[in-house]
Parts: sequence; C-alpha cells; structure tokens
Amino acid sequence: MKVMVPVKRVVDYNVKVRVKSDNTGVELANVKMSMNPFDEIAVEEAIRLKEAGKVEEIVVVSIGPKAATETIRTGLAMGADRGILVEHDDEIHPLAVAKILKGIVGEENPDIVLLGKQAIDDDCNQTGQMLAQLLGWAQGTFASKVEAEDGSLNVTREVDGGLETVKLNLPAIVTTDLRLNEPRYASLPNIMKAKRKPIDEKTAADYGVDATPRLKTLKVEEPAAREAGIKVESVDELVGKLKEKGLI
Amino acid sequence: MPTYRAPIKDQQFILNEVLNISNYSHLHGYAEATPDLVSAILEEASKLVENELQPLNLSGDHEGCTRHDDGTVTTPKGFKEAYNKFVEGGWSGLTADPEYGGQGMPHLLGLCLEELLVSSNMAFAMYPGLSLGAMAAISIDGSEEQKQTYLPRMVEGAWTGTMNLTEPHCGTDLGMLRTKAEPNDDGSYSITGTKIFISAGDHDLSENIIHLVLARLPDAPKGVKGISLFIVPKINLNDDGSLGDKNNVSCGSIEEKMGIHGNATCVMNYDGAKGFLIGEAHKGLKSMFIMMNAARLGVGIQGLGLSEVSYQNAVDYANDRIQGRALSGPKAPEKAADPIIVHADVRRMLLNCRSFNESARALAMWAGLLIDISRDESVSDEERQWSDDIVGLLTPIIKGVYTDRGLENTVNAQQVFGGHGYVSEWGMEQFVRDARITQIYEGTNGIQALDLVGRKLGGNGGRATQAMLKMLGDFLAEHKDNEKLADFTGPLADGVKDLQNAVMWLMQNGMANPDNAGAGATSFMHLMGHVLLGYMWTRIAAVATDALANGTDDPAFYENKLIVGRYYMNRRMPEIKALLAELQAGADDVMALDAASF
Ligand SMILES: Cc1cc2nc3c(=O)[nH]c(=O)nc-3n(C[C@H](O)[C@H](O)[C@H](O)COP(=O)(O)OP(=O)(O)OC[C@H]3O[C@@H](n4cnc5c(N)ncnc54)[C@H](O)[C@@H]3O)c2cc1C
Repeated sequence: MKVMVPVKRVVDYNVKVRVKSDNTGVELANVKMSMNPFDEIAVEEAIRLKEAGKVEEIVVVSIGPKAATETIRTGLAMGADRGILVEHDDEIHPLAVAKILKGIVGEENPDIVLLGKQAIDDDCNQTGQMLAQLLGWAQGTFASKVEAEDGSLNVTREVDGGLETVKLNLPAIVTTDLRLNEPRYASLPNIMKAKRKPIDEKTAADYGVDATPRLKTLKVEEPAAREAGIKVESVDELVGKLKEKGLI
Repeated sequence: MPTYRAPIKDQQFILNEVLNISNYSHLHGYAEATPDLVSAILEEASKLVENELQPLNLSGDHEGCTRHDDGTVTTPKGFKEAYNKFVEGGWSGLTADPEYGGQGMPHLLGLCLEELLVSSNMAFAMYPGLSLGAMAAISIDGSEEQKQTYLPRMVEGAWTGTMNLTEPHCGTDLGMLRTKAEPNDDGSYSITGTKIFISAGDHDLSENIIHLVLARLPDAPKGVKGISLFIVPKINLNDDGSLGDKNNVSCGSIEEKMGIHGNATCVMNYDGAKGFLIGEAHKGLKSMFIMMNAARLGVGIQGLGLSEVSYQNAVDYANDRIQGRALSGPKAPEKAADPIIVHADVRRMLLNCRSFNESARALAMWAGLLIDISRDESVSDEERQWSDDIVGLLTPIIKGVYTDRGLENTVNAQQVFGGHGYVSEWGMEQFVRDARITQIYEGTNGIQALDLVGRKLGGNGGRATQAMLKMLGDFLAEHKDNEKLADFTGPLADGVKDLQNAVMWLMQNGMANPDNAGAGATSFMHLMGHVLLGYMWTRIAAVATDALANGTDDPAFYENKLIVGRYYMNRRMPEIKALLAELQAGADDVMALDAASF
C-alpha cells in the first residue's frame, strides 16, 4: 500500500502568537515555524504502518512557501520516502488545499491519505473531510487508533460520547487526533539521509486549481484581556451578586 | 522548575554569518553541513534536550546516583530512558569517523551539541562527554585492532568511556602516580591500584565501560616520563568481540559532593584488572593530553552552558517578579510595583551574563573551526600550524575563563532571584553548585593559567603569541576606517595594547623570577580572555552593522547584538586595566609572607 501524508508548516506550538499591529493577521516574520503537530502524528502513524509491513511507500506533501521544504524534510527525516512541494506563497484555504490534494491523489494513487484533523494556526478542521467528498472516498476522522486489514482499515474515532470504531474500505481518508500516537524523534542518521531523498516541486496550476481565497479576513484581534475578579465574603453575597446581574 | 530554550538561532548566526562556514567546504564534513542540514540537526537536538534531558535535571540533582550493596551503581530515575533516546537518535556519533559508524560532521557542530546538552542537564551530559574524550584517545593513538574493537560500540553509544588519572595522593602532579601495570604472557597487562574521583566510573546506562587508565610499567622511569596509558574494559571481551566475564575493576564507593549529583564520581579499584597498552610505553601522558585538550574545551563549554541556562531563567524571573519602582518613575503603573528588570542593577547582572554568553559562544565555535582546520589534510601545513597554535592558546583560556565566568554568572542569575535563588525549589542554586566543579577538574584553573603563561605563551619561541597578536593587529587595521565600528575597535585596540604590554612584562620579569609568572598567571589569563571576547564582539558587530546597512528582515536581532556588544566593550573590558596592574605588581607581595605566618 501507499500512504500520502499532507503536512502543513505552521507557527511552532511553543511560540506566543502576536497579532500584527495593522490587525491583518498574526506576526509570522522571524517566528519559529514547524510541522503542524497533528500532521506529525499522521507521519508517525504512516511510518508505523510501514514498519508493520502494511505499507510500502510514504509520500509527504506540503502546500506552502518554499520554506515548507523544511517541513517536508522533517517528515523525510522521521522516515517518509519522498516529498512533493506545491509552492504557494499566499494565503490558502481548505477547499483549495483539498482540490490540489485531489490532483496529487490522481497522479500518485495512494491507498490512504492520512491527514491531521486540523492545523493549529487556523483550526479549520475541514481539509480531510472536503478531500473525502471530492474523491468520493470513505473517511475516518479524529482517529485515536488505526488498524490495517486486507483492503480495509478499522479506525477508532474520538466522538463526544466516547469511542466509535468504523471500518473503511480502501482507498480512504483518515484524520488524526492527539491520542493516536506519540511522534518519534528523527534520528541523526535519518536526518542526514533525508537530505538525499527526492522532493518534487509543483504549483497549484499544475493541478488546474485556482487557489485564490474565497474568504476575506476583515480583522484579527487579540482576545480581550481578562478583567480582575472580585472576592465575595459569603454564599449569600455571591447569590445576591448573581441575581443583581440577572444571571440567575 | 527552570526551563530552557536551546539558543540554536544564535549558533546558526555564528556558523553562517560570523564564521561563514560555507567558505570551508574543503574541510571534512563541511560540504555536507549545509545551512539547511545544520538547521535540521540543531532543531532535532533541541527537541531532545528540551523535552527529555532538561526535565530530569532538577530531579536528577535531588536523587543523585546510588551505589548498591552488590557494588553496582545506578543513575537517577529517567536517565537510562533518556540515554537510550540519545543513543537511538545516533547523537553519540555526530562527529565520529564514518568508518566506525559516525556521521563525520565537523567538530564545530559537536561543540554546538555539547552546549545544548550541558545547559539542559550537565550531570547527564558528562556520561557521553567522557566517552568523547576516550574515543579521541583511541582514534589517535590506538592500534588498528583497538580501533576496530572499541570504536564502533562507543560511537554507537552502547559502550561509554572514562578517564582515570587521579589517585588519592596525586591530582595535579601526575608524576607521582603509583598504579601498576604488569605484563601478562598474552601481551595484555595486569593493572593494580586505586583511582579516585572518576566521573562516570560506573553506572547503568551502557552495556560496557571502557576505562582509559594511566599506570606505570615495572621498568618505568620516575616521574611523568614513566606513565603509560591502558584500555581497561569493565567487562572483558571474548575473541569474537562479544561481552565476556567481569574484569577485576570495581567501584568502591561514590562521592558525596557539592553538585553534578546525577553523575557518579567513583573510587575505582583495579585489582589485577586486564588492560591493554595504548600508544607507546611511557608516553601515556602524551595520549592523555589528546583527551585532555578536547576535554578542556568541553569543560569550558560547561561554563558557558550553565551561564546560558541560568541567564534564561533569570530573565524570565526578572520580567515576572514585581518589586519597587524604577528610579526614573513607574514603568508599570497599573501594577503594585514594577518588574525588577527595570532596575539598573538587575540589568547589570543579566547583561554581565548575556554579554559573556554570546561572545563566548562565538569564540568557542571559532576554536572549533580552527580545530577542524588544524586536523585537515586538505589544508596547507602553514595554515594547519597556525590554527593549531591559536587553539593551543585558546584552550586554557576557554577552560579557565569560561568556568570562572560560568560560576560568576550562575551566581549573578541566582542573585536576580533574591532569596528565591537560594532555596532549592527554583533550581537556581543547582546551577551554582554544578558550575563549581568546572573550575577544578580537567586541571584546576590555576593550572590552566600556568599552562598559558608557562608553556603556551613562550612555546616555540613565542610563535603562537606572535601569530595571535599579528592577527589582532591585522584585524584592527582592516577595520580602522570603519566609523560605525569605532565603539568596538576603540576599546579593542586599547585591550590589544594592554595585552602586548602584559606579554612584554611577562617576558622581561617572568624569566628572571618565575614567581612573577606564577603570581600573575590568573590575571593574565583573564586579561587575554577579555581581549579575545572583545575581539569576538567586534567581529559580531562588523557582521551586524553590515546586515543593518544592507537591509534585513530581522533588524532587532542585529541591533540587539550591537547593544549587548557595546555593553561588553564599555563595561567589561575596563577590567583589563586592573588585571594589568595586578600582573605588573609582580610576585614580591605574594611571596613575602612566611608560610608559617599564614
Ligand atoms: C567531581 C569530580 C570529578 C572528577 N572527575 C575526574 C575524572 O573523571 N578523572 C580523573 O582522573 N580525575 C577526575 N577528577 C579529579 C580532578 O581532576 C582533580 O581533583 C584535579 O585535577 C585537582 O587535583 P587534586 O584534587 O589532587 O588537587 P591538588 O593537585 O592537590 O591541588 C590543590 C590546589 O593546589 C594547586 N596546585 C597544585 N599544583 C600546583 C602547581 N604546580 N602550581 C600552582 N598551583 C598548584 C591547585 O590549583 C589546587 O588549587 C574529578 C574531581 C572531582 C571533584
């Protein structure tokens, strides 16, 4: 089997994000960027499937600026086999990403596309679902466990009420949740080897996709600072205050 | 609990912009060490040290190592798992020869990794750190068979190494050492004696421990000319290289000590242990010095690493802790008090650390580059010689100055915490305790200063010293018309003049009365340290002014370099004057008091 793992370059999860002074977005200049943590989990899962002998090849794909090559190399250093960079400098939204991925699926014919359930920068949580719809494939989202069988996958999903297990016929889309696995550290020899693994370079136009955003961001603001609370002396006072505010 | 963020951005700035390592692609490993690969390596290393090693630093200090009744030694909780991750990641082979399974990366990069390891967990870092020294000695002086036998497993990290010099009655003066080596019929030797203070002498991290032991052969001349070096494995090897029975070497006890509690400091008893001569008989000290020179740089990096991590935590605290008002009026009027970072005296302490850290990092990395040059066959003999000479001067300075400053800066950072720095909860006092040993082992700092003044300065007719002074003079001449650098070249030129005067004074007065050299050695070492750190700041400032003039997307980074650099030039370099005066005061007042009157 072949697995394709789309990975996104995002602001590192340790960075304290700041809004740009003109309120058009968040500050990205000279900020540490790294692979979206959910995508890291997807790469790890693909590698585990490969180590278990279920998968032969792992292709990591990133859509983003030239610098996203580093993100692809991170996936290659973890153990993926080759990469595809779809170079795109401007803002891009889930639907356009899903359309480009559909184009790549058309060329690569993977059996599984493993994605993060969402990216930690825009928290859209849409790409995997849209791609499944565009391809007409089965989807198992928010996966906390993936088991490969012949021609199918059992995916355990984290849903509100608990866990749900679905059986997907291949080809299929899986999106990863936090508890699926703990991604490995890339080893030094693999980091060195990753340098020699091939990365193809493409553009959105190669897949006939118009990636122009269809949404316009009007304004980005810091969350309002929390105001200091007050201390009440007794339960009666608390109830009084709540009534005063019309909350009970 | 303290935190740590690996300063890999600064390391990459030094590699790519200050040292321009892309100009050295002819050196071993440099062609491969492209900026993107180096970035990937440092990124991954920082994940490992930040997430795995740093969280074990405080707990490792509290728990310490344990010697059990059966003589085995265990490391603090979590160390073994962390070491396994270190080994699985292949980190022990970063700079090792690919022939033995290493990655063949520049030693310069090894120094970068070393700093991250030390900052995150010095006691842990010493286990792989001592292996590096042992591997260096085996690769340079070992026979082909010895290399094949030991290096692959050591490079892999499955086996670790130690250095066994010290005995109860001799530390500095190794000429007195007594451990015996008697030849066996099969060409091996029986080693008998007691070694003390052996770092990582026994532990549970690796399958085998390869001890490098100094001992005397039966026919050995007295003194340092009669010392030979032996390889003594903890577990004997079978003919096929597999692990056999236990050798007759054991850990008699582990020391209770001030710091580095997570690193076992062992009394090692050799009771007819089977050993193998490495290098020539009676020339062991030469081999040991190969290890020592690498190790001395490593200890200097320990000073830097602890200064860096304690600085980072002091900055966080100084931004959080509110106390008092700025002298110039409130800076945070909405709060009950201002954060203490507004106070000039707190800033002084922080900047003393920072202005050292950034220039010391650059100087050590430059030394790393020169080491790579000095060992590379593709380089002309003159350039190799020149590099080796400069490294010879830099080694005692990096060991001695960095560790003195390292202790001073951990105390500065601790002081920023007030009373909270003194209690163990915040972890700041651990940095102070850990830093203290760096001034003592690997040759006390007094001995470093004597090595610099007594051996290195005048060695080969003063060749290295002249090369260094010429380089500094040429550098100043090159930049003398650069107005923008005047804040830097001015103090540097003064410092170089004082350095020349100090050298001259030592030439004239040290020969006539050696106590003059002995009494002034430490002052001289620190004087030269200031000049070299000032030189590094000037190189950094030259890069920063260029970057700002040519336009950059990160102006704050370069502007801050200039601000911190000026702090060093204006506020730290003046110490040179006092050090010069102290040196020139000579030995008379030092030697006058009768020993019995002390
Ligand atoms: C925690 C720890 C770990 C260690 N790890 C190792 C290890 O792994 N392997 C190993 O072999 N050793 C190790 N050592 C030993 C260490 O290297 C020695 O303690 C050190 O070299 C000093 O030797 P000493 O203690 O015998 O002091 P001494 O040599 O007795 O020195 C005492 C004082 O006299 C000064 N002095 C001595 N001779 C001179 C001189 N000629 N001129 C001027 N001043 C002089 C010294 O500077 C020092 O201040 C370790 C020690 C400790 C505490």
